[in-house]
Amino acid sequence: MKLSTDTLRLIVPVVSLLVLLAGVFYLQPRAMSYNGLNLLFNLAVPIALATVAQMLIMAVNDLDLSMGTFVSFVACVAATYLHDTPLLGALILLAAIAVYAALGVIIYLRDLPSIVVTLGMSFVWAGLAVLILPAPGGTAPEWARAVMISKPPLLPMAIIASALLAIFAHLLIMRSSFGVLIRGVGGNQRSVQRAGWSILMARASAYALAATFAVAAGICLVGLTTSADANIALRYTLLSIAGVILGGGEFTGGRISPIGAVIGALTLTLAGSFLSFLRISPDWQIGAQGAILIIVLALRLLLNRLESKGGAA
Amino acid sequence: MPSLPAAAVLPAAALPAAVLEVANAAVRFGEVRALDGVSLAILPGECIGLVGHNGAGKSTIVSVINGGLTPHQGEIFSDGTRLAPYGIGVARSRGVRCVFQELSLCPNLSIIENTRIMHRTLGGFGWRTRAAAIIASSLDAIFPGHGIDVSGPVGALSIAQRQMVEIAMAFSDAGQPPRLVILDEPTSSLDAGLAAQLLAHVRRFVASGGAVILISHMLNEILETASRIVVMKDGKIVAERAAGGFDHAGLVEAMGSAVPHQTAARRNLAATEPVLDLALPKGQPFRACKGEVVGLAGLGGHGQTRMLLALFDHHSPQWWPRRDPAVTFVAGDRRENGIFELWSILKNMTVAALGDLSRRGLVQDAAEAARGAEWKSRIEIRTPDMNNLILSLSGGNQQKVLFARALSTRAPVVLMDDPMRGVDVGTKREVYGMIRAEAEAGRTFVWYSTEMEEMQLCDRVYVFREGAIVAELTGEAISEHNILRASFKAEAA
Repeated sequence: MKLSTDTLRLIVPVVSLLVLLAGVFYLQPRAMSYNGLNLLFNLAVPIALATVAQMLIMAVNDLDLSMGTFVSFVACVAATYLHDTPLLGALILLAAIAVYAALGVIIYLRDLPSIVVTLGMSFVWAGLAVLILPAPGGTAPEWARAVMISKPPLLPMAIIASALLAIFAHLLIMRSSFGVLIRGVGGNQRSVQRAGWSILMARASAYALAATFAVAAGICLVGLTTSADANIALRYTLLSIAGVILGGGEFTGGRISPIGAVIGALTLTLAGSFLSFLRISPDWQIGAQGAILIIVLALRLLLNRLESKGGAA
Repeated sequence: MPSLPAAAVLPAAALPAAVLEVANAAVRFGEVRALDGVSLAILPGECIGLVGHNGAGKSTIVSVINGGLTPHQGEIFSDGTRLAPYGIGVARSRGVRCVFQELSLCPNLSIIENTRIMHRTLGGFGWRTRAAAIIASSLDAIFPGHGIDVSGPVGALSIAQRQMVEIAMAFSDAGQPPRLVILDEPTSSLDAGLAAQLLAHVRRFVASGGAVILISHMLNEILETASRIVVMKDGKIVAERAAGGFDHAGLVEAMGSAVPHQTAARRNLAATEPVLDLALPKGQPFRACKGEVVGLAGLGGHGQTRMLLALFDHHSPQWWPRRDPAVTFVAGDRRENGIFELWSILKNMTVAALGDLSRRGLVQDAAEAARGAEWKSRIEIRTPDMNNLILSLSGGNQQKVLFARALSTRAPVVLMDDPMRGVDVGTKREVYGMIRAEAEAGRTFVWYSTEMEEMQLCDRVYVFREGAIVAELTGEAISEHNILRASFKAEAA
């Protein structure tokens, strides 16, 4: 029995997704169809994008507590400026990405805790979102809407989009030089520095790339919901962190898995549907969702123990 | 000392131009002079053995050479050209490579990916194949038959394998050949066979015109491998000879100081009932008696702190605090695990004895203040008000507060983890006096220190090497010479 560490890490998220999926199909056989799958998973696409964004921040040993408000802000921009004056909208989003890069620089240079900085920024993003869209409304850009409601043959859009995202993020973060650099910063910043790399650039680009994924998450979300609201994605902050951890990532040490993160996001979305199908009252759903998370993470811990025992032998 | 304008060229010397030359470098950390005007030229085709005790400045000169630390004074030349500004990037472009004492690979990445990090120029499509070839050929050259899979993650390797990979990484060539390789304790986790393979490779590398700086506490390795030996002490180079000019004893002699330290009146209490004992996985067991001051000597990081922590864990309950504490701990790394930075001096001092100062779970303010006033006068904490913040004190006084914290508990045993780091001489003297007085009164002290002078104050000294006690010295036998001799391995393993 000799599995690579990365494969072992993927087992728990894959198994928990399959178990939940089996449960949903058992409770509601009609979900086992093109439309059923699309309905089950289409809200997972923006969550998966936000999870990959969070994963990039966690890859450099930081944590982004503003993910939810930032995605909400992007959604508001997408439903207003990006629809009405696309050029201005794109400029605003580019500026937001630049702000993220600057945050990465400030956090590194001043040696600030990322949690505090991003928590502060979450109020800034939330405030901007309310300024842009004081009441729920706006209109999704047609192209975003078109992509999100498209019906490709064979597999529903949500599945194809998730798979493409997983492959793209894997190539970018696990296979490219750039990804190695970012994970190296998380693993041992000093040794990366001693090899002559600029930590500043690495961190700035990790943050900028994370913001790019978050922007994509916001646009996808608006494409699905057709309109936006300043509070539309608040729960993404915790969902994205849970998704990364569920997918085999860790808070420190640059140990992340993009494929796992996408699967983790799908699992979390599915957990919600599963509980609805079980007819658990909404009052108990959040608690039950928490219980599912705890069970899965306990499994992770168990596997980690086995793994370290195997390493020692 | 040369004081030439930037980019000036040194006059051509008879010798070949040095791969790297440090001229008159000085580095200060606060009040401590880590380097005090050191000049060192490394010529191609030579292996310099760098030796010295802890804190002699070896690591600092290494940091200056590899560009990680900019000296406050001094210049750096390479191939006859002054390099200014000098930094990690410049050093690497000159072929300076370094294997650090602490492992410095990214454990979450594979060996191939670590190779990519080390060689900035390796990028472009297909870099994985190239990186794999580079690191595998370097590993094969140095450690034939190593059996390491280069596509596996570094985290899954044993310590020895990591060290091998790190060494192979330093000697690997990705278009920019290594010219000066610095090996800082490279054999510390290698067995004898692997160490021999490495040293053979060092000789081959030097013979082909490369330069190596070898730092090791295995003096035999230095004597056998180096072509020139440089001895450092207190931030200065105190001796520099061709390898033939030293033998083992001469080298130990050169590292020590000639001036004998004053010694305190020692007592022999080893025969009395032990209050503390701990069996170590290898070597002699540890034992301490009532009223004894036991010193832990040896080079830094050879298991002393680990044993202190084991002693503490062994004698303090994990789940529920005891009414009568058995041991108390004085941390050496104040900022890291000693003081509460945001608390007052008083709170910092009384935190270990709150159980004695409270009634029904509530802290008695008056009793706490009285305790504070008592210790303030006893150990002369220089502050107008004990309610000032701890950070308003100087480092030495902060350390005194930590001593007061430990001494004001009722614990009969005090464990000290190199507590005098960065403390001025005056404070040291006061604390030595306190320790003596408390020991007379029946307290036991277990004292780890890297400073020879402090070992002279102990009743008995254990010398550590490689995680085990290798010597026990008592009475007159406690001397710098004996400690050094025991700390450095006499025979090759």
